[in-house]
Amino acid sequence: METIATDETMRLTPKDFAPEADVKWCPGCGDYSILKQVQTIFPDLGVPKENFVFISGIGCSSRFTYYMDTYGMHSIHGRAAAIASGVKAANPELSVWVISGDGDSLSIGGNHFIHLMRKNFDINYLMFNNQIYSLTKGQYSPLSEKGKITKTSPYGSIEEPFNSIELALSAKASFVARTLDRDPKHMQGILKRAHAHKGTSFVEVYQNCPVFNDGAFFSFSEKETKNEDAIRLEHGKPLVFGNNNEKGIRLDGLTPVIVNLQEQNISADDLWIHDEHDKTKAIFIARFFDTTFNNVAFPRPFGVIYSQERPVYEEILSAQIDHLTACKGKMSLDQILSGEKTWTIGGPEL
Amino acid sequence: MEISENRIKKNISIKELDKIVVRFSGDSGDGMQLTGMQFTDTAAWFGNDLSTFPDFPSEIRAPIGTVAGVSGFQINFGSTEIYTPGDKYDVLVAMNAAALKVDLPRLKKGGVILANTQGFDHKNLSLAKYPEGSNPLEGSITDNYVVHKVDITKLTKECLSDLGLGVKEIERSKNMFVLGLLFWMFDKPLDYTLNFIKEKFGKKPDIANANTKALQAGWNYGESTEIFVTQYKVAPAKLPPGIYRNITGNHATAIGLIAASEKSGLPLFLGSYPITPATDILQELSKYKANGVKTFQAEDEIAGICSAIGASYAGNLAVTTTSGPGMALKTEALGLATMLEQPLVVIDVQRGGPSTGLPTKTEQADLLMAMHGRHGEAPVIVLAASSPSDCFETVFEACKLSLEHMTPVIFLSDGYIANGSEPWKFPAASDIKDIPVTFLDKPNGEDGALLPYKRNEDLVRPWIKPGTKGLIHRIGGLEKQDGTGAVCYEPANHEKMVRLRAEKVKKIADSLPLAQPESGSTNAKLLVLGWGSTYGAIKTAVKELLAEGYDVAHVHLRHINPFPKNLGELLHGFDKVLIPEMNCGQLLQLIRAKYLVPAIGFSKVQGMPFTTVEIKEKILETLKPL
Repeated sequence: METIATDETMRLTPKDFAPEADVKWCPGCGDYSILKQVQTIFPDLGVPKENFVFISGIGCSSRFTYYMDTYGMHSIHGRAAAIASGVKAANPELSVWVISGDGDSLSIGGNHFIHLMRKNFDINYLMFNNQIYSLTKGQYSPLSEKGKITKTSPYGSIEEPFNSIELALSAKASFVARTLDRDPKHMQGILKRAHAHKGTSFVEVYQNCPVFNDGAFFSFSEKETKNEDAIRLEHGKPLVFGNNNEKGIRLDGLTPVIVNLQEQNISADDLWIHDEHDKTKAIFIARFFDTTFNNVAFPRPFGVIYSQERPVYEEILSAQIDHLTACKGKMSLDQILSGEKTWTIGGPEL
Repeated sequence: MEISENRIKKNISIKELDKIVVRFSGDSGDGMQLTGMQFTDTAAWFGNDLSTFPDFPSEIRAPIGTVAGVSGFQINFGSTEIYTPGDKYDVLVAMNAAALKVDLPRLKKGGVILANTQGFDHKNLSLAKYPEGSNPLEGSITDNYVVHKVDITKLTKECLSDLGLGVKEIERSKNMFVLGLLFWMFDKPLDYTLNFIKEKFGKKPDIANANTKALQAGWNYGESTEIFVTQYKVAPAKLPPGIYRNITGNHATAIGLIAASEKSGLPLFLGSYPITPATDILQELSKYKANGVKTFQAEDEIAGICSAIGASYAGNLAVTTTSGPGMALKTEALGLATMLEQPLVVIDVQRGGPSTGLPTKTEQADLLMAMHGRHGEAPVIVLAASSPSDCFETVFEACKLSLEHMTPVIFLSDGYIANGSEPWKFPAASDIKDIPVTFLDKPNGEDGALLPYKRNEDLVRPWIKPGTKGLIHRIGGLEKQDGTGAVCYEPANHEKMVRLRAEKVKKIADSLPLAQPESGSTNAKLLVLGWGSTYGAIKTAVKELLAEGYDVAHVHLRHINPFPKNLGELLHGFDKVLIPEMNCGQLLQLIRAKYLVPAIGFSKVQGMPFTTVEIKEKILETLKPL
């Protein structure tokens, strides 16, 4: 649990989270937007500034730590999740944020990623996904699409990408959301939700790399295509999309179906109503990413796909310690040193 | 004791010995480790000095009856000071043919064999691959050894027949019969084990009863049959007065960490992934939750050390435990901790390598990896423990140095001392000195500036916990500007920082005790220089040779990086320097390179510790003029 700042005179502004250091991402990088949105929402989270900690791995994304005026550690490739776990276990008071990229999270850090989701520390995990390795100047990532031409796949990548949302769900993430760099308002909302969620909050942020993978997500952000290619999820609201919100998604048994509300004369109430707490449906939504149902491609989902709180690691750990301390009592160091069985060898005879 | 009062008169000769070595050997499922440990505890409780050596296969249950499945436990106990589990044994308990096959070669000529005859039936003989039709218990063996053939399985069954237990439960009690018989043979009381049975099987009275009966039946068998005509007595040792306990190296390591946590006032965090032979430390510390110890069983070795780095950053006494293969995986993160200049204790319980190597066997071959196994210039402190109980003091010092100097420390133990045990005159908590730790709580530069990498006279930077008001800053693996810690790629700054980090570690030698001989004089003809678990064998060898009039000395190193300040000077005072190691000469390389001393190496890389005789013979050979 983060401590709530009560001192009104300590009101923070986004500027308070911008250190003096120059930000050195490429011009036009989507990371700038993410940095801006984080700095924008932070003053309102009610956390004392010194209690924020950023832990990042390696990659363009992971330089983020240097650009936030908070505590932080820019660590080594893929290991941010493991380091953050240690920070949170040692001091549950801290508000811990992991910053990572698609390669850092899902290639070299894949193991730590899935285990963090499973262990459910109260950590916010932002994965900047640009579907490319940028800091090493343009090789395919575990999220690059099959056939991608890159410096290490000049004839096209032959690998299937991960479905990151489905992976996080399968790894038992308690909060799974997706947002994108070009929609600041949406991102701010998702970041606030991630912070409010108690447990590991996995947020995938689609982030444009203007140098090595420009426009990878434009169809989800540009006016001409976004209404058809993307769908915004809101808890309790029907799954509606299209230029005039004329399209909807329904579940026909176990098959999602796209319907036209006007042409088929279907009321929005008869559509699939998004329920963040329904994991089965969340997995269906996750699969819109790479599965066609009856040869129909589905729009890419954005928003909170799944959210269900369950006990968090550091609290269970502390509770176990408190319980045992209360009922067993702390052993004195002398008891520990002597153990259960000792014997005495007498002094010199008098 | 009841049994003693009912003592049946018979003609027993009693031999008084000052020390004796017993080897319990059987199938992995025969309970030899438990039997050995019970015997050990009783001998310790009785006041003998002792040293033990559990020696088991890496397979949990290798095929029953085969040589691959033989599990041994060796104990050397005496009325004199004991430093090793003994080169050869006086008594071998062989529960089956495979056990005899594996362990007979190291039984002393004229030694006693106690053989369980059912373990030598046709099936067992063939599993142990003895030639068809031959039985090692018959024939010439009886010329060289005293062979006692006892049908332990059958006798155990008979004494438990009226308890209504299943065959399995009865079979499992046969190790207690053996133990009872051994207690008789060495005139040891049953009380300790009776008590142990009561506590362990308190909730299973049937099993407790069976074990108690089998133990007593074993004792009675020795007492009443005519087979055994000799009892051996080993008087209590004249150890320094005090309160003692028996302790293994891994156990001592675990409580050494707890002591350091208490004495520094810092919570203890252990991030670890199970690996033989280091797992015991994680398991042991997991029991101390009531004391606030946080153990984190990580998803892999890398997460083990990384979670510890995170916990150290947050202000805990942070530790990771592993063995060679895990050490290899942790090297990148160890470089990070070195670069961050965060305290971190890395415990490497060495085993035979490379790769999976000999997981349950001992070796000292990670020394150079501990010294140099990181990319870039990344010196860390390296300490090595020399005996099971020394693990306590050494790991405590590892924590102290790490906290005081804001640097990772590698603590080297190995499978031999990790699993081996010895009596330990443990300290009182009040005799252990505090480890003062301070966290920076206000800016340390001029005009309120914060300098996270400003150094004190020992070149140590301040420790700053996240959550501290007014000290917000970032750290990371990129090279830092001296003082500010800001990312800095300037060529001269990098060289300066590399040298500062090295100098910081080197300066630690100023506060370390000087090296001095354990035994022998500082200008002896020959010095045996050791490190780590070779201590007992070298100590015994050198003491014996000194008694025989040879001009030899023994220096043993705990501090390997940095070395004690006077080591070079000390080494140059001897005509010859001999370095025995369970590797191909790693300390040898370090010593020769640093001090230009023509030291002579003595290697053994068999997964087995040195015997005293091996060291003695090598010393004598080296002493001979060319």
